[in-house]
Order: sequence, then C-alpha cells, then structure tokens
Amino acid sequence: MSAQDHPETIRIKLHLWRQEGPDQPGSFQAVELPDVSTHMSFLEMLDVANGRIAAEGGEPVCFDHDCREGICGMCSLVINGQVHGPLEEITTCQLHMRHFADGAEIYVEPFRAGGFPIVRDLVVDRSGLDRIVMAGGFVSVNTGNPQDANALPIAKPKADLAMDAAACIGCGGCVAACPNASAMLFTAAKVSQLSLLPQGQPERGSRALGMVRAMDSLGFGNCTNEYECMAACPKGIDVSHIARMNREFLRASFSEPEQA
Amino acid sequence: MTKLDSKCPSGPIEDRWRQHKFGLPLVNPANRRKYRVIVVGTGLAGASAAASLGEMGYEVVNLCIQDSPRRAHSIAAQGGINAAKNYPNDGDSIYRLFYDTVKGGDFRARESNVYRLAEVANNIIDQATAQGVPFAREYGGLLANRSFGGAQVQRTFYARGQTGQQLLLGAYSALMRQVAAGSVRMLPRREMVDLAVIDGQARGVVVRNLVTGGYERYAGDAVLLCTGGYGNVFYLSTNAKASNASAAWRCHRRGAYFANPCFTQIHPTCIPVSGDYQSKLTLMSESLRNDGRVWVPKAKGEARRPAEVPEEERDYYLERRYPAFGNLVPRDVASRAAKVVCDEGYGIGGTGQAVCLDFRDAIERDGKAVIEAKYGNLFQMYEMITGEDPYRVPMKIYPAVHYTMGGLWVDYNLESTIPGLFVLGEANFSDHGANRLGASALMQGLADGYFVIPATLPSHIAGRSREPVTTDHEVFEEVEKEARERNSRILAIQGSRSAEEIHRELGLLMWDKVGMGRNAAGLEQAARDVAALRETFWNDVRVPGGNDHLNPGLEHAARLADFLELAEFMAVDALHREESCGGHFREEHQTPEGEAKRDDENFKYAAAWEFQGVGQRPMLHEEQLSFEYVEPSTRSYK
Repeated sequence: MSAQDHPETIRIKLHLWRQEGPDQPGSFQAVELPDVSTHMSFLEMLDVANGRIAAEGGEPVCFDHDCREGICGMCSLVINGQVHGPLEEITTCQLHMRHFADGAEIYVEPFRAGGFPIVRDLVVDRSGLDRIVMAGGFVSVNTGNPQDANALPIAKPKADLAMDAAACIGCGGCVAACPNASAMLFTAAKVSQLSLLPQGQPERGSRALGMVRAMDSLGFGNCTNEYECMAACPKGIDVSHIARMNREFLRASFSEPEQA
Repeated sequence: MTKLDSKCPSGPIEDRWRQHKFGLPLVNPANRRKYRVIVVGTGLAGASAAASLGEMGYEVVNLCIQDSPRRAHSIAAQGGINAAKNYPNDGDSIYRLFYDTVKGGDFRARESNVYRLAEVANNIIDQATAQGVPFAREYGGLLANRSFGGAQVQRTFYARGQTGQQLLLGAYSALMRQVAAGSVRMLPRREMVDLAVIDGQARGVVVRNLVTGGYERYAGDAVLLCTGGYGNVFYLSTNAKASNASAAWRCHRRGAYFANPCFTQIHPTCIPVSGDYQSKLTLMSESLRNDGRVWVPKAKGEARRPAEVPEEERDYYLERRYPAFGNLVPRDVASRAAKVVCDEGYGIGGTGQAVCLDFRDAIERDGKAVIEAKYGNLFQMYEMITGEDPYRVPMKIYPAVHYTMGGLWVDYNLESTIPGLFVLGEANFSDHGANRLGASALMQGLADGYFVIPATLPSHIAGRSREPVTTDHEVFEEVEKEARERNSRILAIQGSRSAEEIHRELGLLMWDKVGMGRNAAGLEQAARDVAALRETFWNDVRVPGGNDHLNPGLEHAARLADFLELAEFMAVDALHREESCGGHFREEHQTPEGEAKRDDENFKYAAAWEFQGVGQRPMLHEEQLSFEYVEPSTRSYK
C-alpha cells in the first residue's frame, strides 16, 4: 500500500511491557488508541499513549530515546517480536505509523539479553557496550600535534569499507536480535574499522584480543552464524565484519605478543 | 555598569593565541593528578575536553544524561567540519576562514576568539584522522572537501552525512581510553541540577542520578560546562529531546552572566511540521543546497503538485535575489527568505509552510548515481519520514530552530564570570556572533575541548591557594536541599496540565514572537505571555510518578521550569537589541528591500546579562567589540 492510499488515522491496541526494576516481575499493560495519525512516528505514538496513561492516573511507560532521527542509538524496543520494528535498516524512532494496519495489535518489549539488565519498563542497561570499547576500541593517540592528515593516504575503497563499519550507532539491536545475545556485530564493527585503517595497525592484535575477551566476560554470547544481527541492524552493518574480526582474533591469538 | 574583562590579547592577530598561551601558567605534570576537574556533558566539547585533560594527568569526573557518553547530540550533526587546509588549492587560508566567520557572524563575535578557532581548526582534522575518524577521501587516498553553507571555497571535511557522529565517536574513543586508564570517572544517566559556588569560586556540582532519583555531590577545582544549547525552548527544534538549558541556567542563577540569548539560529532546510503531535523536527543537511535548487510556484495557492509545475512558473527566489551566492546564502538569509515567500502565500504543501528543494536539474546533469553517492542517506531519511521519494519529486523544506549562538559569557580563556566555571562549545556565546556558518559548530566544540581548555584551565587552577572542599560543606547541603525541594514542589502541584502541553504552548509562542521575525510589540507580549505560562506551570502542571526512580516526565518538567525563565529573558534581550543582525531580525530595522539593518553605532557589543531574580529585569553589561582586521560592512550575498 502506498502512502497516498493509506488511511489518515488508525485504531491500534498496544501491549506495553511494564517492569519496575531489574529484579521485579514484569507484565504487559494494554492501551487502546482509537485515532493514531499515520504520519506519526512510533515514538510520537508512544508519547500519545503515555499522555493517555497519565490522564487516567497511571504512570507513563519509560522508554529510551533522544535524537529521534536515527543516529544517537538511544532508542531500542522490540516491536511485535522484531528489533526496531518491522522495517529494515531503521531505528525505532524512524518507524512511522503508516506501516501499521488499522486495528493492529502491537506488542512492545525491551531489548532482552543477559548483557542488558532491565532498568525499568522498556529501558535497559547497555553499559556493557561501553566496557567493550574500553578494552581497545580506540587508537592510542593523545591530543597534540599529529602528522598532517594527508600524510596518511588511504585507498578510497578501504576508507569506504571502514566507514561502513564505523556507521554503527551502538544501539545494541544486534545483541537483542541474536539468539545467543552475542555482541559480535557491535564488537566487530569497531575491530574491523580500525584494522582496515593504517592508524589502527600498531594495536591491531591487542585490540581484537581485548575487545573479544571483554565481550565474553560481560555475559554476551558467541556467534553461531544466525545473521539475525545484520537483519536487525538499523545501519545495515554487514556480517563480513565479524569474519574480519575472527581473522584478526585468530591472527593475534597465534602470534607472538610483540607481533600481534 | 561593570566593565567585562574579555582578557583578549592584543598585537598581531596571528600571534595572539601563541603569545597568550606563553603567558599562561602551567601545572607541573606531577601535580595535575591533585586537581579534580568536573566536566558536564560528553558531546564534542565535553568528550574532547575530558579525554584531553585525562591524558594530561588531571583527575576528571565526567557526567552525561544519556546512558552512554557516545549519544550526546553532537552525534546528529550531518554536514561537516571546516578547516582551512586549502587542500583543494582554491585560495583558502586561516585568515580567510577567520574573515568569513567574523563576517558570517554579522560582526557580533570577538575577532581574537574567531582567529584562534580558525587557527586550531587544521589541527582538529589531523587529530581526528589520527584517531581513525573515516573522513571522505578521493580516489588517490587523500581527504575530500566540499563547499558548504555560504562559503566560496571548499573547506568542509565530512564523513558521508554523519560527520558529527564520526567526530564524536573519535572523541568518545579517546574518552573511553581514559576511562579504562582510570584518569576519567564516567557517570552516565546523571543530570547536573546545580552548581556549588564556595568563596566566589565554582567548586562542584549537585547531580541527580536519573535511575535512582538520588542526589549526588561532586567537589572539584574547576567545573567545565559542555552542555550544548537551548534550542528546545522552542519545543520543536532539531535538538534531541533531552537537550536542555538547565545546567547553564542554574549557573546563570548562581552568578554567571548569560550573553546574547536572542541570537538563535533557524536552519533553512528541515522537514516541515506535519501535525500537532510532532515531537521534533528533522534537519536535512544544508549540503543539499549545493545541488538542490530552492523554489516556490509563481502563483499563490498553487493547486498542482510541485513536480507538475512547469519551469517558467517556478520562482527560484534565492537565485533571483542573491545571484552571487544563489542557493548557498548563509542560513539566516535563506531562512528568512523562505519565511517571506510563505508569509506572502507562495508556500506549498498542506500547510503552505514549506518550499521546494529540487534535485531534478542536478540528477539530469550528474546522473542519479552521483546524487545518490553524495546524499543517499539523506534522501532515504527524507523518504522514511515523509513517505515521498525525493529522486522523483522535490523535497518540501521549511526553517526550524537548530542552534543557539547565545550562551554563558566567557572570556578568552573560556572562563565565565564565576571563577572556576568554564563553558565550552555551544553552551558559551563566544565564536559565532549573531549567526553561525555551516560546519562551524563541530569545529568550535572540538577546538574548545582539544586545544583551548587544556591550555587555559591552568589560568584558574595554577598557583592559587584554594581551601580543600568536601561535599559535606554547607553550600553543598543548601544547594542539594533546594534541588530536592524544587522537584518535590513540581510533583506536589498535581494540577490539570501536562508538561508536554505547556512546553508546546511555550514553543508556539516563542516561534511566533521570538522566532525569525521579531518586533517590539510582539516581544513585549511574549515576555508577558511567558510569565503567565510560568504561573500556569507552577500552579497547574501535573507530573505523574515519583522522585525516587527513573521518571522521564519529571526530568522534562524540571527542564521546562528553567526554559520558562530563560524564554522571558530571550524576549528581553531581543527587545533591547534595536537592530537586525544575523539570526536576530527586528522588523522595525530593515532596508527597503527587506534585508537586515545592523546598528554598529549603538549595538556593536555582546550583551552579557546578570541575573536579578525570576521575572526581574536582568542587569545589562556591555562588552564592546572592536574590529581591527575585518571592517564591519553590510553583509551582501547579492
């Protein structure tokens, strides 16, 4: 159905996951919205739902969001079982209600993963991803006077491939979509970006080893080639970056430390 | 009236920063760990400052309101970052970048600051590249440049349409390296609710832990405010939902002067408002104006769809009015021109509040593949939001609030009028004058954080004896008590209006009267209306939930309470500034052709205001600006 012949408003029934804290039991709260404009974004629809909940004396549902333009990585949500909703390569905040049918029932759940404890309702703790970056997701260069940027030519195809990986917004959708709750795609995106660039070479081995080990220690699972991560990724990050990370990890594992 | 000391150096402009740095004291590397610096915010300014100071050996405490420092709103900047590398050999120089920025700011910025900004910009590109930021490259492997918003040289570096993201992730990676090294303590999901001023110096902050609702205190030797701008006072803006003015406003209430609050930037290319549920506006990078042509139908109330309007019935009004710059005129000029044609009835779309940005000719000239390579992700974003395909039909765009040039007053060292309180990036007022040029915000945030504050921080902390302060000091007690009571009071009102509703009302009022066109009667009315709305808030707001757990509604209401004070103050500043300059257009002060009429005789100063109480007129302090290098002239883009 094209945007033109879609109705202006639809009736929906929401089932919102409510949970007061990480150790409390949770359950779904049903909210009916009779006239949702199809031009609304999904989060604007949740704003309206929250207005209704508050008007009836309830406490609004907590959900993470900030930029509402698909780049900060703050929004999350599993919508009818799909991470970031039914469309490919977008975040929840970019999903619009024109993609839902009149009368739709919509189940809204948090990102569920061992590495992402629930904070409240639909909000989860994704600080594990920051800890993976702390284990080597950087080039060790202090602020100062590095060489001229053009002293380091990088072939365009390689720079473009590095940029493809660098586009990761750190939302954690890959973790939530993976049956093993693995953070391989997230971790690989950074390992791959920096291993493709000359700037990343001196720490190439220690980075791959450090980040993969950090991921393992933080309760994220391993990769069994399900490709769910790529399907859910709002930035379309390719699983070939995982293959590159695996090569980097193996290479470093079988090298002498000073050559890693 | 007190004389503000900007501490701007004198002498040849190209030597000023070097000379000034040489004159500043240093802190011995072994002593740096004895100083604790509190950095509020993790955007480009905050993350680059925290990382750089951590590397130098200071003990840094860094907090942010998001769940991760990587999500600060700098991440959303699309277009690029300027630097006068002159790689394209098209006549660029540091001086030209300086000149363009002073002129672009409509002669309301300090020459010394702007020159420093232009000077360190090259270093930013080198630094970011060394961190692995994947800037766009040419086939030979060297960095690519493009021209951007109002510049006639190609000096803008970019990483697809995600330059802010890539620069922020570079600064974030440096920051996380310091967190791992133990030199920076990172505190996410924390909001600064007030400043502790002890013996006249900034000595710490009181913070609300957004997850537990608990209050925390951090004492230190200096506080760096890197909290961005106040565009969300308009409710609808391109800012992220949580972007707010509270930290800056709380500091203003504690004695930091706030400068030029009426200098707000309305960005010309945003996706228009589609309905009253709208929660934010999305920017379409102005890089699109390099290839897109802006037009409206020549007939009022044109009924055909834009793509069906024949060539001879289109008015390419920017090309017509400004033949030299055409579609690339600076943001304030482009925005106002769009408002004028829409106000006259030529606007398109259901609301009449939109103009066309058309790629038909560019696609014919260069082919779809070239346009897709340049703007693919932006076109995709546009289609996702509007359901229309910009390869086939013209984009609909309209101006929206995007950036605020005003902010806390700082001297050349970035220190506010409260000693020990430094303000970096968009939160300060210093470098963009009355209008910011495209690709200059990223430049300023990173200049302040990577290169200015590491040199100027010792001006406050070195060689001064300072009583050690702990968080059980009575000032911390008092400040925390006030903050707790403020939230309790908001929760206790239990009236009939939601904070969302009141904020929307505030936004409409500000957009209408303190937006793109302003006049005395409207501004006086706006100040009265805001004051009345503030009463409504404090008597009739209804905020659900409690103070002792994650409660986004309470966070929003508390920020709105501060916006309701700031908004009135913006109207007061706009009313006092009887001239048109940059983003501030007073309808009484325009040329017969409708261009802005600046008044250098009476208003060639930064207006730094001192807080006198809520609803009280703040006290004005003028910092006179001198222009020794760039002779103030009427900006002409014709």
